[in-house]
Amino acid sequence: MRIKKTFILGLVASLGFANLGLAPSALAAGEAVKLKDIEFSFEGPFGTFDRAAAQRGFQVYREICSSCHSAQYFAFRNLEGIGYSEEMAKAIAAEYQITDGPDDFGDMFERPGKLSDRMPAPFPNQNAARAANGGAYPPDLSVIVKARPGGADYLYSLLTGYEEPPADIELAPGQYYNAYMAGHKIAMPQPLYDDMVGYADGTEATVEQMAKDVTVFLAWLAEPSMEQRKSIGFSFMIFMSIFVVLLYLTNRRIWRPIKKGAMPWVGKDEKA
Amino acid sequence: MSTGSFKPKNGALRWFDDRLPILSLVHGSLGAGYPAPRNLNYFWNFGSLAGLCLVIQIATGIVLAMHYTPTVAGAFNSVEHIMRDVNYGWLLRYIHANGASMFFIVVFIHIFRGLYYGSYKAPREVLWMLGVVILLLMMATAFMGYVLPWGQMSFWGATVITNLFSAIPLVGDQIVTFLWGGFSVDEPTLQRFFSLHYLLPFVIVGVVILHIWALHLPGSNNPLGIDVKGPQDQVPFHPYYTAKDALGVGVFLIFFGLFVFYMPNSLGHPDNYIPADPMVTPAHIVPEWYFLPFYAILRAVPDKLGGVLLMFAAVGLLFFLPWLDTSKIRSAIFRPAYKMFFWLLVVDCVVLGVVGAYPPEGAWILIGQLATAYYFAHFLLILPILGKVEKTKPLPQSIAQAVLGDKAGAKPAAQPAE
Repeated sequence: MRIKKTFILGLVASLGFANLGLAPSALAAGEAVKLKDIEFSFEGPFGTFDRAAAQRGFQVYREICSSCHSAQYFAFRNLEGIGYSEEMAKAIAAEYQITDGPDDFGDMFERPGKLSDRMPAPFPNQNAARAANGGAYPPDLSVIVKARPGGADYLYSLLTGYEEPPADIELAPGQYYNAYMAGHKIAMPQPLYDDMVGYADGTEATVEQMAKDVTVFLAWLAEPSMEQRKSIGFSFMIFMSIFVVLLYLTNRRIWRPIKKGAMPWVGKDEKA
Repeated sequence: MSTGSFKPKNGALRWFDDRLPILSLVHGSLGAGYPAPRNLNYFWNFGSLAGLCLVIQIATGIVLAMHYTPTVAGAFNSVEHIMRDVNYGWLLRYIHANGASMFFIVVFIHIFRGLYYGSYKAPREVLWMLGVVILLLMMATAFMGYVLPWGQMSFWGATVITNLFSAIPLVGDQIVTFLWGGFSVDEPTLQRFFSLHYLLPFVIVGVVILHIWALHLPGSNNPLGIDVKGPQDQVPFHPYYTAKDALGVGVFLIFFGLFVFYMPNSLGHPDNYIPADPMVTPAHIVPEWYFLPFYAILRAVPDKLGGVLLMFAAVGLLFFLPWLDTSKIRSAIFRPAYKMFFWLLVVDCVVLGVVGAYPPEGAWILIGQLATAYYFAHFLLILPILGKVEKTKPLPQSIAQAVLGDKAGAKPAAQPAE
């Protein structure tokens, strides 16, 4: 069975190479900067979102990020996914004014937000967002963690990666130096400074803490179904593992006489 | 084994089968009435796995299409709607997106199994050629499917690949405009790709039926590559290979599940979670992993038309493989030199895949060109010559003799005449 072994080894090697092959394409945009490796609770096969961190992150998002960035797929009803009660989510929604309509007279009107509403965007359209941000468009944050190589680690690194530019780098007006941005030039000024938000739970609002919290929130927002995915996956794996053992035993039992040369099917038709 | 004499035991079923012998058909093609060589190894599982992949893709795809909107304004939104608001939509989409990769993994192994054991040789040439047709249809379907989420890689991948046709002399530009339904990749392109992405899988089903039909005339090849000499060389497909295929399905689903549940985005590109923007070109446009070897061949030639021709030739070449390989011996087990070249080809394809993932700069250009040259040399030079000069090992007398040794023919009296 040497052939089988070599075949399988070859296969494994091919898959390994294929993975290597994918890595550069995934990293292509951001040169070889090593990201800060943060341990997030949502990593690993059993990882879940830290509700308290996600709620603090939501606060950071509301008070800081959302003044420039939209999150168009984020509905207030989703807040229950990070541990808010329905009443709390309703209360948060009601703090926003939503344009609705047209009413019976054809006019648009403002009303407090409901659970079914989505978070209002800071700018009416992309052009307005560019005009207000020196020509740069602040990307929508709904799936940002999935849309960047490195995901959550990248986001955290970027938020904490503002530094004094090296002498050989020239920054145009409206550009800032960030160690983790592709090309190191970023149009977003440093967004986080110590104590910019006052956490209700008494956590100290350092830049690192806020960056980590908002990353947890955005990782959740990018894939609210992650916990369900992993838990269904776990049941699936348990079920399949047992099932495969049974299939293996069945197969072995069916084949055992055949391996010894028996032909139980011969003459069966004639008897019937 | 009696293929023609199938009679359902149940009276009503017998009545039905006399009028439409569909049960006899199943019995004769997947049941106890289809004899298969007794020595098939686990690489023969990948045919049924490919069929399973096709069924999974069609089943999940039909449901996804119920929630998807093929418009420039709505496509990306509807995909996120599926991910967030549709019940188990995330599961359907992850199965479908990863299922495409699984389908290609399975089919690539299926193809290389055919190469290793010489399954393309007489009398199975048409069976092999139908398989190449299926591969081409799969590539077209997968390419158009990748465009549908309308992310950055969707848009720019579609732009790069459709632009290849502009290399055709004289009418190239008209053909590209015709494919696009306009002057750039836009709404008409997306809508026709959606329509075709829905249609082609059913065309694949049709060719798969022909593929199975063409298989069942000569029957399966086997690891020894020698013809079946009699009933002692065979076992009924059911229950022996249905049980073995079921075990393969179980193991495969675990592998599949690892991707779907634990790394659903690892085979995709992060840029495809950025909505398509015709004004912003990604730093490096790369196709899905299963196209990387072909992408490397495309870029191996500095000339656009040459690259395109070479890429299509890389697949088209496979149609002629049954005649390019001049050896009468099927299985690599008895062809020591071919076995070595087979593994070199595997390595070569992996190298091409790696080259395809990198931007064409520096050493990658040369490596890509050498690997491309070797790919064609394997089929056009090595195989025709090898068949003439190779010293092969002696073939066993029969499958039963090779598998069972002395036990073969232990009960000759039990075997009815053929």
